[in-house]
Amino acid sequence: MEATVTTANNEEKTWGGGNEPLRASYGKMMMWFFIVSDALTFSGFLAAYGFSRFKFIETWPIADEVFTHFPFMHGSPQPMLYVALMTFILIFSSVTMVLAVDAGHHMKKTKVAIYMFLTIIGGLIFVGSQAWEWKNFIKGEYGAVETAGGSLLQFVDASGNRVAIEKFAVKLPEQREALTRSHGTWFMEDAETQPTYSVAEVQAGFKAHPELLIRTEVLTAKKQKTILNRADSEARLSQAKYVVEGANLTRNEYGSKLFADFFFFITGFHGFHVFSGVIINIIIFFNVLLGTYEKRKSYEMVEKVGLYWHFVDLVWVFVFTVFYLV
Amino acid sequence: MSHEHVSNTKRIWFVFALLSAVTVVEVFLGIYKPESLVFNHFVGLNLLNWIFYILTIFKAYYIVWAFMHMEGETSSLRWSVVSPVIFLVLYLLFILLTEGHYIYGVFKDSTIKWNF
Repeated sequence: MEATVTTANNEEKTWGGGNEPLRASYGKMMMWFFIVSDALTFSGFLAAYGFSRFKFIETWPIADEVFTHFPFMHGSPQPMLYVALMTFILIFSSVTMVLAVDAGHHMKKTKVAIYMFLTIIGGLIFVGSQAWEWKNFIKGEYGAVETAGGSLLQFVDASGNRVAIEKFAVKLPEQREALTRSHGTWFMEDAETQPTYSVAEVQAGFKAHPELLIRTEVLTAKKQKTILNRADSEARLSQAKYVVEGANLTRNEYGSKLFADFFFFITGFHGFHVFSGVIINIIIFFNVLLGTYEKRKSYEMVEKVGLYWHFVDLVWVFVFTVFYLV
Repeated sequence: MSHEHVSNTKRIWFVFALLSAVTVVEVFLGIYKPESLVFNHFVGLNLLNWIFYILTIFKAYYIVWAFMHMEGETSSLRWSVVSPVIFLVLYLLFILLTEGHYIYGVFKDSTIKWNF
């Protein structure tokens, strides 16, 4: 019964109010329970991602081949490095946040303000980095074609290196020009012909380059993508239906459609958390500057937003693992 | 508030160094993917992924315990926050991953081609 009889200091008035059985203020406790519910939301998303990945375990894209961009190093693929940098930025902004909380315990206003400011900067850099990551993901690099059965075919040369569509596709004169919004009334556009090259143009270009081969989504025992021989490649390419460039919610050039869907949804939801965290941090930062907590004689509000900020970092640790490492 | 506030700056920097070191190890393993780890399995998961998940939990523990200062809270608060998350997540993962694996089998062994 020790767990339910809560306080020694107030035995007669257990139900009379003023008790703090968990020794935490109301606001802090509610922040913890909000974090619990948010953690369950993210767990639901990540578990759904795991579900879909298990469903397509033999055809799932290899993250190292998708996320290869690093600023100013265009053309040389750098798997992992950029996302590692983002992780460091977020961990470091967590450190400055906890230093702000620590300074708050000692009522050092200037220190709290400086550390809060650094946290905000770290958060903004992280959101910016994520935007850059999204930009590269959406733009794509090589392009691919989708078959009538929904499989994705990518192009490689004889030594297995990826080849971009624009390197070999030919411009056929009879192809219809895509209808874009600038030429139509209202929102008329022509999705079928929107890619830079049509299916026929890719097929003609492939025929003209006998050294090219098709790479399918299927993973081999060596955990590499399967590369077909020339005859099979031509047979598969004849079933092509769409040219896929970059990524959107319908299809993407990396492989399974769900891969891009979950990437957008989960990193987007996390990025939205970072963004709202930055906004909340800015509000609290100005409160610190105005001396609100100095007058209140307690910097607990900094502690509460700190909890939220660390939670965002915590979620990223898991997103980093399941999207980039595993 | 009942806990006394000694300065933790030293511990904060220690935890930062620890988390950074773990991340460096993860990135290093993620880039080089040692074959002995990738192609050996333990309970359905390859050893490299086991390492990744264990290091993730390790990092999560330090973020919650040191940065979110869970170690300074009462044990009843600790349990009421941590246990629902852990048990619900384990349950959810068990159900969804089992079902995902089952659907993989359906796609593989039957003629269904529908990609949903």
